[in-house]
Amino acid sequence: MSSIKIELRQEDIEKIREICGSFGKDPQELINVLHKCQEHFGYLPAEVQEVVSNELDVPVAKIYGVVTFYSFFTMTPKGRHPISICMGTACYVRGAEKVLDEFKKELGLQVGQTSKDGKFSLSSLRCVGACGLAPVVLVGDKTYGRVAPDDVRNILKEYE
Amino acid sequence: METIKLTIDNRAVEVPRGTTINKAARLLGIEIPVLCYMELKDMNIENKPAGCRICVVEVDGRRNLAPSCATNCEEGMVVRTHTTRVLNARRTVMEFILSDHPKDCLICAKSGTCELQSMAHKLGIREIPGQEIAAMSTYRLDTSPSIIRDLDKCIMCRRCEMMCNEIQTVGALSAVNRGFMSAVAPAFEQNLEHSTCTYCGQCVAVCPTGALTEVDHTPDVLRALADPSKTVIVQTAPAVRAALGEEFGMEPGTLVTGKMVSALRSLGFDYVFDTDFAADLTIMEEGTELLDRLNRHLSGDKTARLPILTSCCPGWVNFFEYYFPDLKDVPSTAKSPQQMFGAIANTYFADKIGVNRKDLVVVSIMPCLAKKYECQRGEFSTDNNPDVDFSISTRELAAFIKQANIDLNNLEDDDFDSPLGESTGAGVIFGTTGGVIEAAVRTAYELQTGKKLERLDFNELRGLEGVREATIDFDGLPIRIGIAHGLGNARKLLDDVRSGKSQFHAIEVMACPGGCIGGGGQPLHHGNSEIIKARVAAIYAEDKKKPLRKSHENPFIIKLYEEFLGSPNSEKAHHLLHTHYFERKKKIVVKH
Repeated sequence: MSSIKIELRQEDIEKIREICGSFGKDPQELINVLHKCQEHFGYLPAEVQEVVSNELDVPVAKIYGVVTFYSFFTMTPKGRHPISICMGTACYVRGAEKVLDEFKKELGLQVGQTSKDGKFSLSSLRCVGACGLAPVVLVGDKTYGRVAPDDVRNILKEYE
Repeated sequence: METIKLTIDNRAVEVPRGTTINKAARLLGIEIPVLCYMELKDMNIENKPAGCRICVVEVDGRRNLAPSCATNCEEGMVVRTHTTRVLNARRTVMEFILSDHPKDCLICAKSGTCELQSMAHKLGIREIPGQEIAAMSTYRLDTSPSIIRDLDKCIMCRRCEMMCNEIQTVGALSAVNRGFMSAVAPAFEQNLEHSTCTYCGQCVAVCPTGALTEVDHTPDVLRALADPSKTVIVQTAPAVRAALGEEFGMEPGTLVTGKMVSALRSLGFDYVFDTDFAADLTIMEEGTELLDRLNRHLSGDKTARLPILTSCCPGWVNFFEYYFPDLKDVPSTAKSPQQMFGAIANTYFADKIGVNRKDLVVVSIMPCLAKKYECQRGEFSTDNNPDVDFSISTRELAAFIKQANIDLNNLEDDDFDSPLGESTGAGVIFGTTGGVIEAAVRTAYELQTGKKLERLDFNELRGLEGVREATIDFDGLPIRIGIAHGLGNARKLLDDVRSGKSQFHAIEVMACPGGCIGGGGQPLHHGNSEIIKARVAAIYAEDKKKPLRKSHENPFIIKLYEEFLGSPNSEKAHHLLHTHYFERKKKIVVKH
């Protein structure tokens, strides 16, 4: 496996430095820094982790360890319309898995993947606090309740 | 100190507050088995993630079993270490660990010295239920110049991670991912080669299983020995003789110098030489460089940078190339003894015996894994012919000797060949922390003051404290010396150099805790620091019985300068015996 080259635009480097600076470059704030970085970039590519490593003086292996441990962090860019299927208990017992399978089939994606055109990305999460609407699907900021596998195609059509 | 009374297996014991159940049990002679836990006493090295749960015990009044390695004793505690519940739990834990562990023990590099294997044996595991349903990890093999990572055999004890981060502050390895996917890996799961790994090998030294092992070069050595067109010579590092005997059942600290020479001769090496000779040579070059920088500094030359740092240790060289590239003109430019030996063997010695360097194979026996990488560095070869062809560890040599049906215990002592096998006590002590600088002081003192040194044992430079300092009186001129072993300790001294706070004239650094005697290629200590102490004592004992104990008095070194090199730091010496360093810190490139 070849070595990863750290290549970033100047403004991106400045942004990461600004985020690290806002937390006083404190290594204890690593998770908060990563949250902010992911908020800004949409994901946490190796290059971003390398710059954070430099700024906070934390080994990049440690940062990668944190990024791969917490399922919230991702190293793949999210699609323009990120789709999340709730797999919390209530949604699960009301058939969320079948809904997820339908999304997988329709999009040809696995959980954690992004479509080649960058339009959709697929993820699952645990409980969005809307159990009364179970099973719940989020596309971007929009919430869909009581989703059945048959609804999946129509939901996707809204984003064509 | 506040003490606590408790009973373990119906026996009373009193311990200071803060003592773990495991340590309290040891005081009673009760060895509660541990797997992930490891401690090197007196060296501030402890791995205590309470991860494996092998060491669980039953505590009266406590609902669940307690990990004894990480549970402190409390007043009146009643602890039981071998109830049915405990033994069943221990067995279950072991079965879980084994369920996704490869079953290739017969051919594993760690077979026979594997702590997981010993534990399975100790716990009497005879079957592994559930292995048919457990996921087997299939992590790709990562082979670097020095170290092989076979993560399928990792049990996530995280000892390597602790050594790499807390002790060495190298930060190459971290626990990554979750569940069955979890592994200890470099950033982005790149290969070790593309990480900041220094190849110090301390991860290998503490790995309980075959997950981390060294790249074995004995097959290459065997091939060279079998080739009649090759002249094969060998050099042995000082720390090897103080540890090799352990692999043959001898007491730690048994010196086997003479037997080792006999064994190497039996293996078929044409000449058996000593890295100690090159250590004496290193002192001539490094000591001269020290005095030159010192005297220029004293006379007000601002370009003379102090302190001077030793440069014998390849793990250390890698470390400052990664982390302190801005200070790369501070270390001595002298090559390590291994590479000085290679350079002299391929020129001076090859000429003497009339062999072309292409037909000369130089093998080194080292307590070290970084030496494998060092001898492959491009700057240490001429026309693609490396100065040192193969470096094998103390462990590999032991295995090689056993394969050749040689019983080290019953060999007669033999002597190194001349001239590259002749050394002084100063060369021997290179094998332990403080030894290089003590050897340098013995020579630099006499060269600087023109006076004979009254005492040769510098006890103020010895010991196992991580960072030590001492001031040596050079006949009215106080020379301040710093010593660090373990890269985390070296980092502390280097930070001071960087910020201009350092007051030292010279600093010795060895990457491994204890110095080379604790190297990544040594027989495994399995967390017993007494072994390391015994090796240190052996090194100083060997020094003491040498007729000559100062490098500049080695008649063969004197002759080498007369016949070949001229004087220390001469142009020829510079060309053959000195090197330069590279910046290896990853650069952030601005994309336009």
